[in-house]
Amino acid sequence: MSAEPWIAPWRRAWLAALALLVLAFLVLPVFIVLPMSFSDSQYLEFPPRAWSLRWYEAYLGSADWMRATRISLLAALLTTVLATPLGLAAAYGLHRAGGRTARVLRAALVAPLVVPVIILAIGIFYLYVRLGLVNTMTGLVLAHTALALPFVVVLVDAGLRRIDLDQERVARSLGASPLRAFLTVVLPQLERSLAAAAVLAFVTSLDEVVVALFVSGGEMSTLTRRMFTGLRDQVDPTIAAISSLLIVISVGLLGGAQLLLPRR
Amino acid sequence: MASARARAGPDEPEAAALARDARRERRRALVLAAPALLLVGAVALLPTGWLFWLSVIEGESFSAAHYLRLIQVESYRRIFWTTFEIAAVVTILAALLGYPLAYWLSRLPERWANVGLVLVLVPFWTSLLVRTYAWLVLLQRRGLVNRALLDLGLIEEPLRLVHNWTGTVIGMLHILLPFLVLPAYASLRAIDPAYLAAAASLGASPVRAFWTVFFPLSLPGLLAGCLLVFVLALGFYVTPAILGGGRVLMVAMKVQENAGLYLDWGAASALAVVLLLATLAMFALLARLVPLERLLVSRS
Repeated sequence: MSAEPWIAPWRRAWLAALALLVLAFLVLPVFIVLPMSFSDSQYLEFPPRAWSLRWYEAYLGSADWMRATRISLLAALLTTVLATPLGLAAAYGLHRAGGRTARVLRAALVAPLVVPVIILAIGIFYLYVRLGLVNTMTGLVLAHTALALPFVVVLVDAGLRRIDLDQERVARSLGASPLRAFLTVVLPQLERSLAAAAVLAFVTSLDEVVVALFVSGGEMSTLTRRMFTGLRDQVDPTIAAISSLLIVISVGLLGGAQLLLPRR
Repeated sequence: MASARARAGPDEPEAAALARDARRERRRALVLAAPALLLVGAVALLPTGWLFWLSVIEGESFSAAHYLRLIQVESYRRIFWTTFEIAAVVTILAALLGYPLAYWLSRLPERWANVGLVLVLVPFWTSLLVRTYAWLVLLQRRGLVNRALLDLGLIEEPLRLVHNWTGTVIGMLHILLPFLVLPAYASLRAIDPAYLAAAASLGASPVRAFWTVFFPLSLPGLLAGCLLVFVLALGFYVTPAILGGGRVLMVAMKVQENAGLYLDWGAASALAVVLLLATLAMFALLARLVPLERLLVSRS
């Protein structure tokens, strides 16, 4: 780095100050919600003048919020259980097959990533009205699985590219069945990618708002849907408590997944 | 193929058997992808395709009426303009704030740069709804931002920062900024510092070396980041719906209104098709500039 031209310290300081301000702009809003959620006031002061757990109590004591939480967690869990193996099978199959057909099919699988979610949402709504799947857990989980699958496929595929699949061929030539060769040779090397993919599938479902807005109403409302409708009406401090919990869950899970993934 | 077989000579039956085996193996591998494809196809792709059909049907017959309305009706023109304007402003602000950050990070020793990147990713890991809520709280009348400005004596009266255009832009900027910083950082990091040293040894001042050597080399990454921010901004729904307070109407919100509220599928799908085609065209362009998939799943 000594090869770099000399730059006056005040110039560097100017840049560093701007960069740190931008970093603060990115990070602070996320973390300022946490202390605010322990405020005693309706207006969510920062720093809180008096501390209390009242908004957490309001959340835990509300049957509506609790039901929404159960629905969100169940949907996220089922989405993970469905999307992870389906994505694994698809990524592995397409990787194995290779060639143009596989490339086209893979593109179709990850296509939901580039379609604005509002468009997916109204399409799914249109379909579900005809199938009677609106406001059902089945419908919600299928929709979230379709949204989560591209993430799983991309992550597992990246993991597969790091594995030497000749090892599997060796296992096969030594008499292992295709399944056994996959389970004993390939799968153990994919563990980290798979764990990261599962986490991402879970969080994708847990955080999802727009599709849930269309296909999960009334008794079947997800947590984020209830939050969304609550936010449009007024700033309910209970939502600060829920948001804090969601921040801890998402940052914890996705930060953990980041550690799991091999360095790029 | 034919010539290969001819050359194979006496081994031909064996070679043919091997080729058949390989084909069967490939088919079997493709079948593994079937369940996932079926699900994504049925739930995501088919209904989206359906929208194209719905957008050209009026009553029982084909018609361009839904598209003509998008052009002719004043309120639709305003929605397109608002959407474009917000996306453009957010993109410009993201470039102005994100590029210096990416540049600064790219000049840091790798360990510190990684710490900085984690800080860029943390908001990325947080739900979009939660971040939007955080801004709602920060920007409200008695919110932290107004209080700080009042205490510093910069303003006399609380500013109207939320439930309007300003709040929408601030919230969207916060959510989209990492999408600019990450590709810009990657392209900046890839530049060999020796180029700068060469420019300096030839007598260029640091500023001149930056603008004539460094900046042009980092342009593809910056452009890719801008394009990504812009295209993602076009489809935004949650943030403008909450921070706009009903005063900011973007395309995605009108799509929601037409489909969810009025059940006017012709209008909703025509608007959706326009949004989709614009989005796909820009993503196609983007895919040539950056490893797009990796960026889009970069929450992990």
